[in-house]
Amino acid sequence: MPDIMIEYIPFLGSAFFTAYILPVLCITGYILLLVVPLILAMAYLTYAERKVLAAMQLRQGPMMVGPFGLLQPLADGIKLLGKETIIPRDANRFIFVMAPMLTFMLALVAWAVIPVNAGWVLADINVGILYLFAISSLGVYGILMAGWASNSRYAFLGGLRSAAQMVSYEVSIGLVLVCVLLTTGSLNLTQIVVTERPFWVDLLLFPMFVVFVISALAETNRAPFDLPEGESELVGGYNVEYSSMTFALFFLGEYMNMILMAAMATVLFLGGWLPPFGIEALSFVPGVIWFAFKVSFILFIFLWARATLPRYRYDQLMRLGWKVFLPLTLLWVVIVAGALLYNNALPGMQ
Amino acid sequence: MIEAIFFYAFAAVLLLSAAMVISARNPIHSVLFLILAFFNAAGLFVMLGAEFIAMILVIVYVGAVAVLFLFVVMMLDIDFKEMRRGMKQHAPVGALVGGVLLGEFIWMYLQWPEKREGMELAVAHTMPHPMSDITNTHALGRILYTEYVYLFQLAGLILLVAMIGAIVLTLRKRPGVRRQDVSAQVNRKASDVLKIEKITTGTGVS
Repeated sequence: MPDIMIEYIPFLGSAFFTAYILPVLCITGYILLLVVPLILAMAYLTYAERKVLAAMQLRQGPMMVGPFGLLQPLADGIKLLGKETIIPRDANRFIFVMAPMLTFMLALVAWAVIPVNAGWVLADINVGILYLFAISSLGVYGILMAGWASNSRYAFLGGLRSAAQMVSYEVSIGLVLVCVLLTTGSLNLTQIVVTERPFWVDLLLFPMFVVFVISALAETNRAPFDLPEGESELVGGYNVEYSSMTFALFFLGEYMNMILMAAMATVLFLGGWLPPFGIEALSFVPGVIWFAFKVSFILFIFLWARATLPRYRYDQLMRLGWKVFLPLTLLWVVIVAGALLYNNALPGMQ
Repeated sequence: MIEAIFFYAFAAVLLLSAAMVISARNPIHSVLFLILAFFNAAGLFVMLGAEFIAMILVIVYVGAVAVLFLFVVMMLDIDFKEMRRGMKQHAPVGALVGGVLLGEFIWMYLQWPEKREGMELAVAHTMPHPMSDITNTHALGRILYTEYVYLFQLAGLILLVAMIGAIVLTLRKRPGVRRQDVSAQVNRKASDVLKIEKITTGTGVS
């Protein structure tokens, strides 16, 4: 704090200001630095989705608003803001309004522990990965609450489907996390990125990466697992009754969750902000760029899957979660633990 | 000062929402208040420095158990008036259970000082450096898989038995249900089920 400022505004020099107000201002600044790029990324993810889908279906995609349609997300946002918020007469008003807010808030709150570069993290907590797992397992509440509070059959069915689906795939995500933790020996996300893994361990974890990406598709209700909002049978799923900003919050939450899952995959499997494959020559590029690049890569897989795969039938979805992924990941935990023990490579054993 | 404010905020919301769990008229509201109570308990754990337990509380109770509660409560067709009718009969039993719990709490509170010293001694010999920067998770693992390994295994076995029991109780074979047999579908060969015939115009297939 420059002395000249303290001279004119004595409050800035007081102990109360430096002990309480200043840290709060700093944290708020950091949060804005993280959240504003995130919201921009999310807006342009919707644009990227439409462009990628269009390219895969030999169409143009958005192209009228601004150069190459680059201002389309902005136009969409303004349009949604201008619409009327309709709350159904028989809906449970409080829960109906709470649900989209909760979905959006949970999608943002999880970012507090994601390291986007060396040391660039809001809260470098020791149980970072458990925190992420906890927050992502809460996402189901927004959908369940929306489905129930709407007092509509379609919305309710969508909510129930989504709850069953998310709970099922969380189990395999949890076991995938255990596999990664076995190799790193830490729950801290920065530590997980920094820990150097031998090549054979990366190879061993590759199937888990595939399982994680597929489970992430299911966890974020994306195609081919988008049954909760299956238009052809449920009209629009849990968010049929929502309009205007309340709908926009659900929409934003879904896309934010996609980015979050991609960031989790990046941190756990792709080496976070480090250059790919540990090539030293590439380390002149800032870590944030690599992080963004890797996240975009995973997001492209998400969009690619949506453009190419038909929707799963409900019983097949459950079968995949419980009868394929659960035994496979459980077996893999044992295999990874055994291989690490055999090679004396368990963290903390050397 | 900040810590005190946070503690009282968490504790107050926890107690209020716990009271709302049993007094809310709508069972869905009850479950949602229960979730709020779990959250505030997790907040209190974080303030104690037990971040691992806080996260596990959120993952297990909020992320899994409460979801199932909500699921079941939403699906059930409950007549709220019917539920309130038995209130008078059940009140003495409830009071008895509550009284026993309260008695246990008071008894534990009276025992607490001696207990705590003993526990510090018990923990001290399992940890090499009590003041080192050992994380919560490591400390728990160190004591759980050494001192209490048999109890840990026993807890796992109980859960396994409970799981198998639940499956056995609910699994039923109904005749006439068409199920998807994936291996049969995958093993089907085109040569077994398809017949390709050349048909000359005007003759048809016999």
